[in-house]
Amino acid sequence: MTTIPMTPTRSRSAVDGAAAAVRVLWKLRHDPAGIVLTLAAPVVLVLVFGYIFGSAIAVPGSGDYREFLVPGLFATIAFNIIPSMITMARDSGRGVVDRFRSMPISRVAVPFGQAAATAVYGLLCLLLMAACGLLVGWRIRNGIAPALGALGLLVAFQFAATWIGMFLGLLIGKEEVAGQLSVLVLPVGMLSNVFVPTTGMPAWLRTIADWNPVSAVAAAVRELCGNPTAPTNGAWPLEHPVVASLGWTALLLAVFVPLCTARYARPRA
Amino acid sequence: MTVAVVAEGLVRAYGPVRALDGLDLVVARGSVCAVLGPNGAGKTTAIRVLATLTVPDAGRATVLGHDVVRDAALVRASIGLAGQHAAVDDDLTGRENLEILGRMHHLGRRAARERAGELLDRFDLADAADRLVKTWSGGMRRRLDLIASVVVAPPVLFLDEPTTGLDPRSRTEIWTTVRELVAAGTTVLLTTQYLEEADRLANDIVIVDGGRTVATGSPDVLKDSIGVRVDVIVETPAELPAAAAALAEYARGEPEIDEAALRISAPVAGAAVTVPGAVRMLDAAGVAVLDVGIRRPTLDEVFLHLVGRRPRQEEAAA
Repeated sequence: MTTIPMTPTRSRSAVDGAAAAVRVLWKLRHDPAGIVLTLAAPVVLVLVFGYIFGSAIAVPGSGDYREFLVPGLFATIAFNIIPSMITMARDSGRGVVDRFRSMPISRVAVPFGQAAATAVYGLLCLLLMAACGLLVGWRIRNGIAPALGALGLLVAFQFAATWIGMFLGLLIGKEEVAGQLSVLVLPVGMLSNVFVPTTGMPAWLRTIADWNPVSAVAAAVRELCGNPTAPTNGAWPLEHPVVASLGWTALLLAVFVPLCTARYARPRA
Repeated sequence: MTVAVVAEGLVRAYGPVRALDGLDLVVARGSVCAVLGPNGAGKTTAIRVLATLTVPDAGRATVLGHDVVRDAALVRASIGLAGQHAAVDDDLTGRENLEILGRMHHLGRRAARERAGELLDRFDLADAADRLVKTWSGGMRRRLDLIASVVVAPPVLFLDEPTTGLDPRSRTEIWTTVRELVAAGTTVLLTTQYLEEADRLANDIVIVDGGRTVATGSPDVLKDSIGVRVDVIVETPAELPAAAAALAEYARGEPEIDEAALRISAPVAGAAVTVPGAVRMLDAAGVAVLDVGIRRPTLDEVFLHLVGRRPRQEEAAA
């Protein structure tokens, strides 16, 4: 067998991260059904909420409900941490994480590469969803620059949220358990202004919904694209949704990147 | 003897459970060392400590002279690890699995691709190489996992129960792969619950129980350490008790009686018994003997003698 000399050099993090990203993207390539499902979910949501519930939901002002709904769905999809949670739990439970940790590679680079690949995939999903949105009545009314800003904000938010998913996946460590727990992630998206304005909610619930990062991102996209917005109830994040979204993104990154990488790198059981 | 791996007094507790309780071992360079013990003996924890995945509470260990705690990065550059699970991606092809690992080892795209192809050819997985691993058999996945740990030909390889749960044919294939790696100069430390695996593969065996090293040595040294065995086969079941009683005088332990085979087997001290001596003794006791043999004990008997129970209740080794 050809012997390839090991090079105990300093880890070249970029190479490690790129390899980890390629791993995620190659897996997606083999899973067209999974991609179709990922894309179908928001389409189904648009149909169910836009046409079934939407017929009974009035948006304050004279806005169209579907134009109100689609930006909210963007935010919900950006916050979909389930795939990264399940993937990381599977890798952890099957010993893939252990193998990587026993290799001379950067321990930050691997989760970073996975998050980056997830963001790339997320960008594609968002673009496709935007096309669907345009078909059902969503519009970009403030010009292309703010809309690109909204897209950038969504991708950044998704990148940050992925770290929550990876951290939870590492904590859980078992694919099956992660799958069962994923049901609990759904209400996080519901507890927001995505589907209905928060005004009608009981006060305590409204406070939670107003401060939900998903609400801020949904409101920011609505503002940037000139879509109907919901009353802010005087809640700061909804009054300044773009700043609040950036703030939430920064906060999530500041908390979960260190937590996740520490958990990933830590020698343990 | 050049030493590849050393562990001295390793201790690692999980709450009240002391998974490692003063484990010692030494692995000579270029050899295969089998850590043999029952479930829960601390085998996996030992591998995890040596592979820098777990930090020991006490004791020290080195791999090629690098301390597993202080110089973990240097240790990682010298080892390959195949754990108890097949840590390969089901959603990638075999080739892609190896290629990704090659890239992570900084081989570069082309070299990673070439190396993946070379390994798949060499270890007879080329036919399945471009199928998703989830369509592979359990034995093939474990082999891929084993190969995945040698993408950059590490000088030291840790294998945690490489054949547990595999059918006899897959087990033989794994053994062949391990032998090939050793022939290429790799030092292998593996854990196993199978006595036959240790006997067939290992130059040295470390018997562990309760997180501690109970005995070490080559299979032959371990077998010789507990003396020899006398096997007696009698004509009828009725004669078993008399034969057992006669043998008990010489035996160093309780004679084992196998009624179906009409066989009695007893450990005796090295030179205490000769075949003619045993025949005369049994004759004097009035036992009709079909066969008397003196042999070296099996590793199973060594293990039973040292640990007091078998490593696995159902001895599944083929």
